[in-house]
This record gives sequence, structure tokens and C-alpha cells, in this order.
Amino acid sequence: MSDTATSGVKQGFQLKSASVSMTALELYYFDDGEFEEVLRDKISQAPGFFKDTPLIISLEKYQGLDSELDFFKIIGTCRRNHIHVIGVRGGNEDQRRLARGAALALLPGSGQRDRTHETDQPAAPEAETAVAQPPSAGAGDPPPARIISQPVRSGQQIHAPDGDLVILAPVQAGAEVLAAGNIHVYGPLRGRALAGIHGAESARIFCQSLEAELVSIAGHYKISEDLQENGWKSAVQIQLRDDLLVVTPLDKA
Amino acid sequence: MARIIVVTSGKGGVGKTTTSASISTGLAKRGHKTVVIDFDVGLRNLDLIMNCERRVVYDFVNVIQGEASLNQALIRDKRVNTLYILPASQTREKEALTKEGVEKVINELSETFDYIVCDSPAGIEHGAMMALYYADEAVVVTNPEVSSVRDSDRILGILQSKSRRAEMSQDPVKEHLLLTRYNPARVERGEMLSVADVEEILAIPLLGVIPESQIVLNASNQGVPVILEEDSDAGQAYEDAVARLLGEEREHRFMTSQKKGFFSRMFKGG
Repeated sequence: MSDTATSGVKQGFQLKSASVSMTALELYYFDDGEFEEVLRDKISQAPGFFKDTPLIISLEKYQGLDSELDFFKIIGTCRRNHIHVIGVRGGNEDQRRLARGAALALLPGSGQRDRTHETDQPAAPEAETAVAQPPSAGAGDPPPARIISQPVRSGQQIHAPDGDLVILAPVQAGAEVLAAGNIHVYGPLRGRALAGIHGAESARIFCQSLEAELVSIAGHYKISEDLQENGWKSAVQIQLRDDLLVVTPLDKA
Repeated sequence: MARIIVVTSGKGGVGKTTTSASISTGLAKRGHKTVVIDFDVGLRNLDLIMNCERRVVYDFVNVIQGEASLNQALIRDKRVNTLYILPASQTREKEALTKEGVEKVINELSETFDYIVCDSPAGIEHGAMMALYYADEAVVVTNPEVSSVRDSDRILGILQSKSRRAEMSQDPVKEHLLLTRYNPARVERGEMLSVADVEEILAIPLLGVIPESQIVLNASNQGVPVILEEDSDAGQAYEDAVARLLGEEREHRFMTSQKKGFFSRMFKGG
């Protein structure tokens, strides 16, 4: 995982591989005025989520003309709205040249993924997003934890971008729950649970019955096959210790 | 205002149309004015199960596109006179079902009917979405095997996120689990999921368990809704399900294998 220096020589820094979950803006075409209008509208739906957030521009579905693709305008508009464009994903050679000209990082498209750059963060499956709105959405300051009392069904995705996620029902096979902080599932966890999606290594996952397809904390993940020996179908917590996911039964915690 | 019930499943071939036919017939038999709509545009089946295929003149899509009035398209059942069938079009595409068009038809039916039963096509594409969009209640038809259970779970998620009730933040669609093709003997041998297994995974109230039966196949082939086979266990199981749908309390039957002696069968009435 990390390229820890083996010699005793002290260095000013170390390079470590990190996997960070990020928001991608899938651009279909670019029109300066409309872009800002839509962006503002999206931000107004979840102001806390987008504040100072990094963003990558995904060009994989871009259908407009290359000549209309003005990265300086995109960066400026985003910056005015407190969003930092850090790179582009995908795109053809000309588009990527334009992006490089605007000092943006170039990430491989999902089809052209570069093995050496691949992180252990599983690609988020394309699923329809969050069904249930947080109970107090629009009521001022965001709640510290998002609480869901309905089962999270196959194909659904529930996202707590700012804090903890508490689910008082099953998370079904084929469902996905994500949180910046901890995830609590007071029911069987049969789908995927990704805690610490912005890199919080102290995040934990708690569940009444571990039957998950995948669990991940800050990008470190384990799939169902690797979870069978320890705590399967029982109440456990999962945490990150020395870059390893550790499953402990809740009655021995 | 009519109560709108969608019969759906995600997976194909689990018994949606059989169930739609029986539930609508059961509701109508109890005196409720009921219409059953076939949403499976292009793969029209309900008319066969209801034995009215020779009387189809106009269909659902004709009504939506203004080529026929609702009264011209509705077919009155010959056995139960409070039951009407709105057949699907066999020659069109599912995209002919527009949200506005479906809404117009459902609103018009709502004025005169007590129950509107929507027979959904399989899958989660446009036709299935249109069938469930306006629903107040959903009967989720599931077979006792893992792939059917997962597809039902998917449909339940869609009901709670993509239906009109979800989009308008109204009370959620009321969900009912109907387990069909249940074979207790095979469950006991561990070849099928049990009622308890499916209930545990899907976590919605159980409306009924329909036993696997040759009667169902025979009835379909003859164009008789199974619920009219009143002496059969499958027919009685549908009768119970309709009663529960209307709020009656009935004990669940046909969940254990019934290879008992003649006398015990006599005394249990089954």
C-alpha cells in the first residue's frame, strides 16, 4: 500500500498512496451561463456538501464541440462557487490537451483505466441515488447523522456526505450505503457499506449481522469472500488498524 | 376515488398476470367495481387468462392516443359483472404509455371504479415504471428462490423512490408480499426458500402463499382466473389473499406439506 522509506534517512516527506472518493461532474455539453445556473441549483440542494470540495470533470459522455470546452471558464465558475476543479477524467486527446493547458490533472477514463494508477477503492456502481431525503433537509444546519428507518433495497444508494449514517433497517444485497463518518446498521448488512469516504481512517462500521458484499473504510476494503471466517452473520464492528480492516464481535468490544 | 393496486415483481414468469386476474376477480366478486389493466404492451396476456381475447377491439394505447373512448375499450367480464378488463396493445411499443396518458386514463377510471388493478410487465423498464407509478398499494409477487427475491427487493426500492407517492412525499405505497409457486415438500427438502426466509429478507407483510399447483396451469389455459376454482387450494389461497387485502384477518394456509391421511384431511377441511 505505501512506499515507506526503508532506510533510516530522514526525509522532509513521504509519498503514500491514498484513495479518496471524489465528486465527478459528468459534462454533456458546456454553455457558460447555463453551467453556472445548474451548478448553483445543485449546490443549493446540499450547500454543506459542496463547500470547498474537490471536483473532477468527467469527459466520457461529453457530446459538445471541443472548441466550446473552456476549462478556464469552468474553473472560474466553480471557484466562485467554492468548488475546486482538480482534474479531468477521460476525454479525447484534444480535450486532454486543453485540460493540461489549464493546469488540470489528467485521470484515465473508466474504460481506459491505467492499472498502475488503480487504487483499491472500488468504482462506485452506477445506481440511482438516495431515495429518502434527510428528515430535516432544508431546515437550516445539516444533522450530525443521517438516520434512515426504511430498508435500503437492492439498487438503492444512501449517502451521508458530511457525517455518520444510521440505518434502522436491513441494507439489502445490491444496495450501497456511504458515509463520511461511521455507518451503523441496526439490521442485517447484506449490501455494500463504505465508511470514511473522504479518507477518515478512524471511521467504523457497526452492524447487527455481517452478511455484506463489501465493507470499506477510507478506501481499504474487504469483499464477502474475505469476511466469512470472522464474525459472519453476527453482530460486529469493523475498523481500520495499521491499514488492515479488523472485524471484532460487538459483545467482545 | 379508486384504490390503485399494482401487481409487480421485477422478475418474469413468477405469476403476475395470474395474480392480477385472480385478485381483480376476487375484488369484483365481493361487489367492488373493479378494472384490471394490462400494462404489458407488446406481450398481451391478460386477455387470454381472462378468456376475453376474442372480444378485444380497442386497447389501452388506443385510449391513451385518443383513438377510442374508455367505454369502447373496456371489456366486461362474462362471469363477474362488476369486473372490467382494459387490454394491452399487442402491436405497439411500451413507450406509447406516456405518463400523462396513463394518468388521464387512471383518473377517468377512478371516477367510476372502486379498484384499479395494474398488471405490470416484468423488468424495471418503462412499462413496469408506468404500471407502478400511480399505485397506492403494491402486491409484490415472489417465487421462493433467491433471484426472484432479489428482483422483488429491487422493485420495492423503486416503489419507495420512483412512485408518485414517493415523488410527492405522500404516505408510502403499501406493500404486500405474495409468495407464489410455493411447494412445502420442496421447502422441507431444502430445495426452496421457506416463507420465513423470504419474509426475513424482504421485511414486508405477507399477503398470502399460493401453493404450486397443476390447477393454476389448467385454469390459465382455459382462461379461468384461479380464484374461481373454489375447491382448489390455490383458488382458496387467492381468496384468502383478497380477504386480507381488504383488511380481514385470516390464518395462513397451505404452508406445510399435506400428505396426511384421508381423515385428517376431512377434519381440516382441506
